Amino acid sequence: MTPDALTGGFADAPIQSARAFRAAMEALSRPGKIETVAGAQPPAPLSVAAGVLLLTLADGTTPVHLAGAHDSPSVRDWITFHCGAPLVAAADAVFAVGTWGAMQPITRFAIGTPDYPDRAATLIIEMPDLTTQGPRLTGPGICDVAGLSLPETAAFRANHALFPLGIDCFLTCGDKVAGLPRSTLVEDI
Amino acid sequence: MTDQAYNFAYLDEQTKRMIRRAILKGIAVPGYQVPFASREMPMPYGWGTGGVQVTAACLVPEDCLKVIDQGADDTTNAVSIRKFFQRTAGVAVTEATADASVIQTRHRIPELPLREGQILVYQVPIPEPLRFLEPRETETRKMHSLEEYGLMHVKLYEDIARHGQIATSYAYPVKVEGRYVMDPSPIPKFDNPKLSGSAALQLFGAGREQRIYAVPPYTSVVSLDFEDHPFVAGKAPHDCDLCGATDSYLDEVIVDDAGGRMFVCSDTDFCRGRKDAGHIGRLGVQTDGGA
Repeated sequence: MTPDALTGGFADAPIQSARAFRAAMEALSRPGKIETVAGAQPPAPLSVAAGVLLLTLADGTTPVHLAGAHDSPSVRDWITFHCGAPLVAAADAVFAVGTWGAMQPITRFAIGTPDYPDRAATLIIEMPDLTTQGPRLTGPGICDVAGLSLPETAAFRANHALFPLGIDCFLTCGDKVAGLPRSTLVEDI
Repeated sequence: MTDQAYNFAYLDEQTKRMIRRAILKGIAVPGYQVPFASREMPMPYGWGTGGVQVTAACLVPEDCLKVIDQGADDTTNAVSIRKFFQRTAGVAVTEATADASVIQTRHRIPELPLREGQILVYQVPIPEPLRFLEPRETETRKMHSLEEYGLMHVKLYEDIARHGQIATSYAYPVKVEGRYVMDPSPIPKFDNPKLSGSAALQLFGAGREQRIYAVPPYTSVVSLDFEDHPFVAGKAPHDCDLCGATDSYLDEVIVDDAGGRMFVCSDTDFCRGRKDAGHIGRLGVQTDGGA
C-alpha cells in the first residue's frame, strides 16, 4: 500500500460529506453552475473535487472505474482505503473517474434500462479548466440558457438523445465541480 | 442516550450515501421514481418517513428548516419533525417561508413563490400515479418505460363522463418535461401550477413505498387535461376570513352546531404575514392592537 493512501480523507465525515453533497446536488440540478467543494486531499492525478465526490458518494456497494492515468497504484489504494469501492471495468462501473480522453468511448458505460433508467453510470470527468464559457445548455434546471466549457458537444448530444436513458456527468477541476445530467441539451454556439 | 449520541441528521453515513445517490439520479431523470432502501425511522409510516430521510440526506448545519403539514407550521406532524431535526442535526428552524433554506412539506406548496437556493421536500404516501389503476408494480413499471399513459387519460375521461368535469381535486397527475407522468403527492390541484418552472429544487420522498423522485428548478410540469376540458386550479370560492386574501388556498372550518363555518388560509405563515401587514378578513381582528 502506498504511504499517502491513509491520509487525505474527510476529518469530519458527516458534516463535510453533507456540505459536499449539497454542492454536488446544486451543481447537478442547475447545469452550468460551478460549485466549490473542500475536505479531501487525494493523491495526484485525482483532483480535490473528484476526491470529494468519491468520498461523498462511493462506497462498497458502488463499483468504480478508473480511466487512463487515474488508474495508478496510489489512486487505487486511496479509494480502496477511504471508500471501500471495488475497482472494475468500465461496463460494470457505477462511478468512473478520468480525463475526457481516457473515458472514450463513453458508450462503454451503463446507460440504465428502460425499466430502471437510474441504473446508469455517473462519470466524474477531470478537466484542465472549468468555466461557464462554452457550448449552450438548455433543459431542466436552467432558467434560460447556460454555458459550460465542455470538451465536446457531439457525445453529450448523443447521450441526451437516449433520454430517459444515458450517463450523467460531473466535471471537476481543482476544487470546482459542475454537473451535466442526461436531461441537458448541449448545442454548439 | 444523549442527543450527541446520534450521527449528524440521525441517519448513518452509508444510508445517507445511498439516499444521496438516489436523489442525484432522480434529478437527472425528472419525474422518474428511483427505488431506494428506505430505513425504519423513529416515527410510523404515513408520518413523513420518506420526506424525513430525504431531508436528513440534504441538510447541512447552516440550514434553516421549515416544516409544514397541510400548510400549517403548528400541527403535530410539523412540530415533531421540526423538533427531530433540531435535536439530531442542530439546524435553525423557522416558520417564515422566506427565511427557510429547506422546507419539508406534507400536502401543500407555500403561497409565497420559492426562490433559488431553497429545497422543497415533499412527503409522499403513494408515489405511483398509476397504482390505483394498475396494482401490479411490474405492469406500471412497463407502462412508464413505454410512456404508455392512456389509462390515466381514461380515468380523467371517466371523471368527465360521470361528473361532467375532472373531479380529481388533489394528487392531480402531471407530466414532467413531456416524459414521465408523476404524482405530485396529495397537494390540492390549486398548487399544481406552482410545480412548473419553480426556482427551487423539489424533492419527493416516499418511505413506505421506497421511492425518491425530483423536479429540478425551471422544469416544465404540465397537469394532464383535454383540449375541451382544460385543467382548472380550483379553490373554495371565498376569501380568507382572517386576512381577507382572495388568492390563497383555503381550509373550511366548522365553528358551531348550526352550520356556521369560516374559511381560512391553509398556509399559516402567509396568513399571519398578511395580518401583520394590516389586512383583515370578515371575522379577523387587528393583531397589532390597533383596533
